[in-house]
Amino acid sequence: MKLVTAIIKPFKLDDVREALSEIGVQGITVTEVKGFGRQKGHTELYRGAEYVVDFLPKVKLEVAIGASLLDQTLEAITKAANTGKIGDGKIFVTDLTQIIRIRTGETGEEAV
Amino acid sequence: MENQILELQYAMDTFYFLVCGALVMWMAAGFAMLEAGLVRSKNTTEILTKNVALFAISCIMYLVCGYMIMYDGAFMLSGIAGGDTIVADALAASAEEGFDGGAVYAGASDFFFQVVFVATAMSIVSGAVAERMKLWSFLIFAVFMTGFIYPMEGSWTWNGADVFGLYNLGELGFSDFAGSGIVHMAGAAAALSGVLLLGSRKGKYAADGSVKAIPGANLPLATLGTFILWMGWFGFNGGSVLKLGDIASSNSVAMVFLNTNAAAAGGLVAALILARVLFGKADLTMALNGALAGLVAITAEPSTPTPALATLFGAFGGVLVVFSILALDKLKIDDPVGAISVHGSCGLLGLLLVPLTNDGVSFSGQIIGAITIFGWVFVTSGIVWFALKAIMGIRVTEEEEAEGVDLSECGMEAYPEFATAK
Repeated sequence: MKLVTAIIKPFKLDDVREALSEIGVQGITVTEVKGFGRQKGHTELYRGAEYVVDFLPKVKLEVAIGASLLDQTLEAITKAANTGKIGDGKIFVTDLTQIIRIRTGETGEEAV
Repeated sequence: MENQILELQYAMDTFYFLVCGALVMWMAAGFAMLEAGLVRSKNTTEILTKNVALFAISCIMYLVCGYMIMYDGAFMLSGIAGGDTIVADALAASAEEGFDGGAVYAGASDFFFQVVFVATAMSIVSGAVAERMKLWSFLIFAVFMTGFIYPMEGSWTWNGADVFGLYNLGELGFSDFAGSGIVHMAGAAAALSGVLLLGSRKGKYAADGSVKAIPGANLPLATLGTFILWMGWFGFNGGSVLKLGDIASSNSVAMVFLNTNAAAAGGLVAALILARVLFGKADLTMALNGALAGLVAITAEPSTPTPALATLFGAFGGVLVVFSILALDKLKIDDPVGAISVHGSCGLLGLLLVPLTNDGVSFSGQIIGAITIFGWVFVTSGIVWFALKAIMGIRVTEEEEAEGVDLSECGMEAYPEFATAK
């Protein structure tokens, strides 16, 4: 089992959600987050003076999947969230040791 | 029959005066919204408190002694209701002035129209010193400004009194129709002397000399405030015709409304385009300042320019205000809402534009008038600010400024749900 954590541009959330639904992902968790990468935020102009926006708004989504779905999931997110411009985000993959469905008590792959 | 027509004219002119006064009163709401929009959210309650309190203080101080100093009235407005012979007196005055002479209206309506101008001048100060000045020091300053400093220069200009018995501005060819200098530049002069003693907001100017922007929290409020001011200005300039009850005056009033509106439009468009050219983006706050700059620029003479000239004069204001804001930032004079540029720089511009369309006014008279008003208000305000600074301090502590003056001065946040958003 894998946990896929993706940081994407907020306006790409709907596209990513659709792409994941199409390949059979059952559920995702979404958080509004702020952060910076190599781009290091950006500067804006107000009344002729600059100010720095250090942390840009992003969306973090977490997807728990069976290992067999991993490649498809990564491809779906990469494709749907891509604009080709700086700031498209990153995907992190971690091993998942256990999943439990609280209502039924099912565990492992069955609980995905 | 003639008496009835005179009574009707009296009633109409008084009514017009009162309605215009009520419009100008509403400008206090415009200033409150504009300033609340251009400060950070942590300083909102305090700036609103300043705005409502300064309005009330202005009304009380002008009632107690301001009107007396400015227009040779009586202490506490005693006798303003007119006494038993009011009807006969008014009819006699109306008959003498005829239909082409000066306006005859209720004495109380004159006070009401004048008092809201005082509050306007004082409102200008609150924006410039926002986000760092102590609430109570500011309110004590308002007592002096509205009870003495403004009424003195008002008596030299609109009341025609000699300046300390030395010279008479009216005789020198000075004219300021609705107060580009008397109200707006005076407010800016008081603001400037306060800002110089107060210093800039922490974080506005970096050690390396660069200017850091501190964006306002609520641009919808700032926009609403600008529209309210724009509307109130019809009372400000329109009411300053002082009379509606004959064809010539009515036409003059209509031209003033038209030109006031045209100047605001010209100022906004000019500032918007200039900001786009200079910064590469449409800066809303500059556009808002541009509209107000156009209004201030036309206020000294809104009745004689053609509509096209009024639009152009407004555009001059819109251009000047953008450069003035940038220049003040270069000089490290921190004015969060641009009040000194809008009302000071463009107030002076307004005075200097008058001789272009009004033959009875001279450039030298306008310059002497501007120096008199600015010098008087700047110096006397400076003395009051300095005394307040020595006695009780005018600036909050660094920690209070960082926390926001809403908490330190008012103990109340404007948006408590967003307590973590500083």
